[in-house]
Amino acid sequence: MIMKTDLQTKSQPQEINVALVGNPNCGKTTVFNLLTGLKQKIGNYPGVTVEKKTGQLTLDNGTSVNLHDLPGLYSMIPKSRDDGLTIDVLTGNSEYLSGLDLVIAVADAGNLPRNLYLITQVVELGMPVIVVLNMMDTVAAVGTEINIEKLSALLDAPVIPVIGRKGVGGDAIKKEIAKQISSQAKISQAALSTESQFAEAAGDLGRFIAKNYPVNSKTAQAEACRILSSEKALQAWLARPSNRGSAPQLAQVVADARANLDKQNISWEMHETASRYRWVDAICQAAVTHQKAENERNFSERLDLILTNRFAGPLIFLALFTTIFQSIFSWAELPMAAIESGVAWVGLQVTHFLPDGILQDLIVEGAIAGVGSILVFLPQIMFLFFFLSLLEDSGYMARTAFLLDRFMRAVGLNGRSVIPLLSSFACAIPGIMATRTILNSRDRITTIMIAPLMSCSARLPVYALMIGVFIPPVTIFGFFTLPGLVLLSMYLVGIVVAIGVALVLSRFNRDDREASTFIMELPPYRRPSLKWTSLQMWERAKIFITDAGKIIFAMSIVLWFLANFPKPDNEEVSASVAIKHSFAGRLGHAIEPAIEPLGFDWKMGVGLITSFAAREVMVSAMATIYNVEGADETSMSLREAMKNDRHPETGAPIYTPLTAISLMVFFVLACQCMSTVAVVKRETNSWRWPIAMIVYMTALAYVGSFLVFQGGKLLGFG
Amino acid sequence: MQLRANKMTTLSKLKPGESGVVNQVKAGNGYDPDLMEMGLMNGTLVRMVKCAPLGDPMEICVRGYHLVLRKKQAEAIFIEK
Repeated sequence: MIMKTDLQTKSQPQEINVALVGNPNCGKTTVFNLLTGLKQKIGNYPGVTVEKKTGQLTLDNGTSVNLHDLPGLYSMIPKSRDDGLTIDVLTGNSEYLSGLDLVIAVADAGNLPRNLYLITQVVELGMPVIVVLNMMDTVAAVGTEINIEKLSALLDAPVIPVIGRKGVGGDAIKKEIAKQISSQAKISQAALSTESQFAEAAGDLGRFIAKNYPVNSKTAQAEACRILSSEKALQAWLARPSNRGSAPQLAQVVADARANLDKQNISWEMHETASRYRWVDAICQAAVTHQKAENERNFSERLDLILTNRFAGPLIFLALFTTIFQSIFSWAELPMAAIESGVAWVGLQVTHFLPDGILQDLIVEGAIAGVGSILVFLPQIMFLFFFLSLLEDSGYMARTAFLLDRFMRAVGLNGRSVIPLLSSFACAIPGIMATRTILNSRDRITTIMIAPLMSCSARLPVYALMIGVFIPPVTIFGFFTLPGLVLLSMYLVGIVVAIGVALVLSRFNRDDREASTFIMELPPYRRPSLKWTSLQMWERAKIFITDAGKIIFAMSIVLWFLANFPKPDNEEVSASVAIKHSFAGRLGHAIEPAIEPLGFDWKMGVGLITSFAAREVMVSAMATIYNVEGADETSMSLREAMKNDRHPETGAPIYTPLTAISLMVFFVLACQCMSTVAVVKRETNSWRWPIAMIVYMTALAYVGSFLVFQGGKLLGFG
Repeated sequence: MQLRANKMTTLSKLKPGESGVVNQVKAGNGYDPDLMEMGLMNGTLVRMVKCAPLGDPMEICVRGYHLVLRKKQAEAIFIEK
C-alpha cells in the first residue's frame, strides 16, 4: 500500500524528503554524516535561529533523497524554539519544510530507555519511520544484548543497528529507505496504552481533531494525547495560524476533559509520561538482556572522579583552557601574518595594473583591505572551533557546564554560557556563534549581549600602544609591573561590567521557573572524530565568511569613502591634511565637543570613528593622522609623535596617562566591531539585539571614560 | 503492598553513592514535567553520583544515564532509601 501522510501537500512530487530525529547526544549527526558524506549544507531556517542542515544521498536505484537533520529533542512536548521547530516539521505544521515522506529516528543503543521515550512518540505519528540503533559497539562492550527482531516487532517498525562512528550500517539504512519510500512503506500500528479514563478522554479529543483538521486518525490520536497532557503542547497547538479558527472550541474540549480526569483522580499532567515509560520499560524488558548491573561505575564515571573532582576538576579546567587560548594566540599568529601580507601583496599587484586614482584607491584600500579585515579573523575562528568541537564531541563541554553552573547562576545565567564567554576572550565572533548550545533562549540572548565585553584579541594592539606610550614600566612589590597590572585591570573591568549587565538583563525578562531550573544530560566520554571535527571547523569558517563577510565588506567601503572624500583641492597635500579635510576628519571635529569631557581630541575622534569598523583599525588610523607611514603599535615614531603632541593654544601635552586609561576603558566597553554586530544580527535573526548592543555598549563606554577622566582630574591626576 | 519502615528523604539529601527509589514528585511549585520526561518519576531507581565542586548542581544516574539538575529541583523529589 502507498502511504503518504495526508496532512502535507507536496509541491514537487518527485522530491523525496526524509527527516532525521533523535535525542541530543544520540549520535544523530554521525548518522547524518554517514548517510550524506560531504554533500551537506548548513544554514538557518528563515526567521528563527535554528540551524538548518540538509544533505543529499543517492540510493542504489539512483533515487536522490533530501535528508534533513532536525534539532535534537527529548520528547514531542516543545521546550525550546529548536524543539518546536522539529515538532512542527514532524507533525506537518512547518512552513519551512513540508511533505515529509519518511522519518529516521536515531536512538543511542547504550541509553535505550530514555531514547525510546521519543522513539515511541515518533512511531505514533502515522507516517513511515525507520528506527536506527546507533552506537551498537558500546552496547556490545558492556555485554548487553539487544534483540533487534523483537524490538522491531514491539515498535512495529524496521530497526537497523549501526555503528555510526565506524561507518557501519549506512548501506542497510539506505536499503531500508528505498523500501520505505516505495509501495512497501509501512506505518507502525504500535500505540501507547493508558488507563481507560485517560484513553477515553484522549479518544474523544482525537476524534474532534480528526473531524476538524486534515489529519489522519492515528496522527490525531497522538496529537490529542500530547495536547491533553501538556499545557505547553496545547499552547503550541493553539498558536498555530491554521488552528486559530476553532481554537476556542478545542481549548474548551481540553479543559472539560482535564476537569473530568481530575474528578476521577487521574493526573492528566503525569499520566501520559508515566504510561509511556511503563511501555518503554516493557519493551526493554522483552528485547534487552543486561550482563552487568546497571549501577556499576562505568568508564566515564571513573574518568569523572578526576575531571569533575572537587579540587582537581577546576584546576584541570583552567589548565586546559589556558593551554587552548595560548595555542590559539600563538598558532594563529603565523597564518594571520601570512594573510595580512598576502592581502597587502594582492593590493600591490593591483596597483601595477590600475592607474593611480580613485578606482585604484577604492579597490586597494576599500575592497581588498576590506576583504583582508575579514580573512584575518579566520585562523583564530578556525582554531577555536576546532578545539570547541573536540571538547563538545568528547563530552567534556557538558562537564564545564556542570562545574560552573553554580557560579553562572549567581549572575543570572547557567552553566552552558561558560564556553561562549571564554571563547570571547579570543574573539567575540566564535564566542557568539558558540551560544547555540544554550537551550534557554533568554540565557542565550544575555550571553550574546555580554560576550563582546570580554576583552578580545583585537583590543590588544590598542592596549599595547597606549600602555607602551603612557604607563611607566614601574615594578610593584618586586614582581608585578605597572603596565602588566594595567593590562590585567582592563580585562577585569570588562568582566565586572559584564556581570553587572547580565544581572540587569536577567532582571528584565525574568521567568522564575526557567531561571531556577537546569536540566542537562551528562553524556559518556567519547573519542572525537578528527574528520568531522575538521568538517565542523570548515563549516563555521564558511558561515563566517559568507554571512558576516558581506556586511564587513560593505562597511569597509563606506569607511574608506568617509576617510578619503571629499578630496582636498590641492592634490599634493600630506595624508594628515587630507584626512582632516575628509568626511571622517570633519566628523572627528564635529564630535570633538562630545568627546572632550573624556579627554579626547578630534584626532582620537577620527580614530574612534574608524575603530567602530574594527578596534585594531584605530592604530593604523592614528598612524595615518600623524602621517607616520607603516606604523604599528610597536613603532617608536608613532609613540613619539603622540607623546610630543601639544595643544595648539595652551601648549599642554594632549595625551597624558589619564587620557590613555580613559581611552582604554572606552575600548573595553564600546562595541567597536562590525563583525560582531553582523554575527549578532545573524544569530538572533533581527536587528533588535545588535542595535541594543551598540547603544548600551557605547553608552557604557562614554560613561565609563567620562568617570575615569573627570574623576581622575578631580583627584589631581592628568 | 509492603509496609516497611523505609527511610524517606529528598533527592537533594542523598549522599554520593547512595541510591533510592522515587516515591513522590511533589506537585505544585516543584513539579517539573521536563524532569519526568527525562525518566525521573515515581518508582524510578536513582543513584546520587556527586555534587559539582561549588556544591550545586548535582549529578545523578537514572535509567542508565547521567543527569544533572539543581539541588532546588531535587528538593521536590522524595526518595525511599
